[in-house]
Amino acid sequence: MDFSSIVSALPDLLQGMLLTLKLLVFAVAGGIALGTLLALARLSSNRLLSFLAGFYVNYFRSIPLLLVITWFYFIVPFMLAWATGKMHPVGAFASSLVAFMMFEAAYYCEIVRAGIQSIPKGQVNAAYALGLNYHQAMRLVVLPQAFRKMAPLLLQQSIILFQDTALVYAVGLMDFLNTARSRGDITGQLHEFLLFAGVIYFVLSFIASRIVLRLQSKLAVGQN
Amino acid sequence: MIEIRNISKWYGSFQVLTDCSTKVDKGEVVVVCGPSGSGKSTLIKCVNALEPFQKGEIIINRISVGDPKTDLPKLRSHVGMVFQHFELFPHLSIIDNLRLAQVEVLGRGREEAGEKGLALLDRVGLKAHADKFPGQLSGGQQQRVAIARALAMDPFCMLFDEPTSALDPEMINEVLDVMVELAQEGMTMMVVTHEMGFARKVANRVIFMDQGQIIEDAAKEEFFGAPRSERAQHFLSKILNHC
Ligand SMILES: Nc1ncnc2c1ncn2[C@@H]1O[C@H](COP(=O)(O)OP(=O)(O)OP(=O)(O)O)[C@@H](O)[C@H]1O
Ligand SMILES: [Mg+2]
Repeated sequence: MDFSSIVSALPDLLQGMLLTLKLLVFAVAGGIALGTLLALARLSSNRLLSFLAGFYVNYFRSIPLLLVITWFYFIVPFMLAWATGKMHPVGAFASSLVAFMMFEAAYYCEIVRAGIQSIPKGQVNAAYALGLNYHQAMRLVVLPQAFRKMAPLLLQQSIILFQDTALVYAVGLMDFLNTARSRGDITGQLHEFLLFAGVIYFVLSFIASRIVLRLQSKLAVGQN
Repeated sequence: MIEIRNISKWYGSFQVLTDCSTKVDKGEVVVVCGPSGSGKSTLIKCVNALEPFQKGEIIINRISVGDPKTDLPKLRSHVGMVFQHFELFPHLSIIDNLRLAQVEVLGRGREEAGEKGLALLDRVGLKAHADKFPGQLSGGQQQRVAIARALAMDPFCMLFDEPTSALDPEMINEVLDVMVELAQEGMTMMVVTHEMGFARKVANRVIFMDQGQIIEDAAKEEFFGAPRSERAQHFLSKILNHC
């Protein structure tokens, strides 16, 4: 084993990690936002809305993420062209981001939905009795409590997403893993680079899952 | 003030309420009692449209509750409601519980709402707890906060659904005291409760329900003197012995 060329590759690897994290942060934010809207739609009394949201969730949970990523890479430019009438080059980063957001939203949706359903009916009644309308009751009373309860699960899902970002190698993005692989190829030290990448993924995921545990025990204590 | 006219309600094919009619005049206190499952909660929830009903009409201050054109949030903001399980919002501090609807629904400023909230907390003897969270208070204290939260909206009437039945016995009186005071100040109140001491003290009328029907609707003296129906007599003897 010879780890010497990893040192000189560190700036590149850091670049790759930055891309991975950027993808992660935007995908988590967008995924949770879209997932929350989907959860509200699924729980809506409007049958059509709830059916469509249910279909969306079941559809995206039944196909491989890799398929969604490659598919969006080809399809997003066409969708934009159709919407705006002009052909835009979109790039692998934007199309991957949209793919992650839409795919993960299906999973976040189910977490948020369980969170909303775990809030007792009496809380909603109390909110309505004070004169809040549906949107206010959701935004000010139900969702804040649901997110608090579901924070560990949302974070858990985001750790999975962190690992799944490596799939962007399929559309040629230089994320952390792809950078490590490519530098390993060039220098002939592929094993060392992959080993190094594995350690980094492990350490980051491990730290994050410790945070989940901390959060869980804190929430358990905070309950009345 | 509140007029309930021939209300019937079904859950699927099960009839919960059958042709219920009564009214609560301005400044009146009406106590509703009856055995478990008789439809008391359902009836009182119909009054502020937390439950829909299929037949009949409820009028509050000349506004029809069942009319699809009625602005329900606005109507409810003027009708205070207190629940069996308090239903304070656990993620908000006590003062924010009192502030929330004042700001969001009535459009008051945060400061004005805060002052109003503190004054009401003072009135129920809990000003010192303003910055705590609901989970840190006892049941009796939480229920007093819930009453203050409803009063912060300047309601023209108040609905109570078994406000003391989830409380430990030693906390019941602190809540009843607040309610008695409210009644004596002339608040219009509809109260589901089995606290007959409270009824004796401040009620104008007592309603007895059984199996979704209003069996008895009588002035207090009449009700406690000699209830006409056998079922009400039976019920009354049971809970009075119990106390
Ligand atoms: N969502 C519902 N679906 C079906 N049946 C219901 C529902 N809510 C209440 N019921 C039924 O309606 C009847 C009346 O219930 P309600 O809660 O109004 O009774 P209550 O007089 O308040 O009783 P308690 O003293 O136990 O609070 C009961 O038989 C109950 O089982
Ligand atoms: Mg009840």
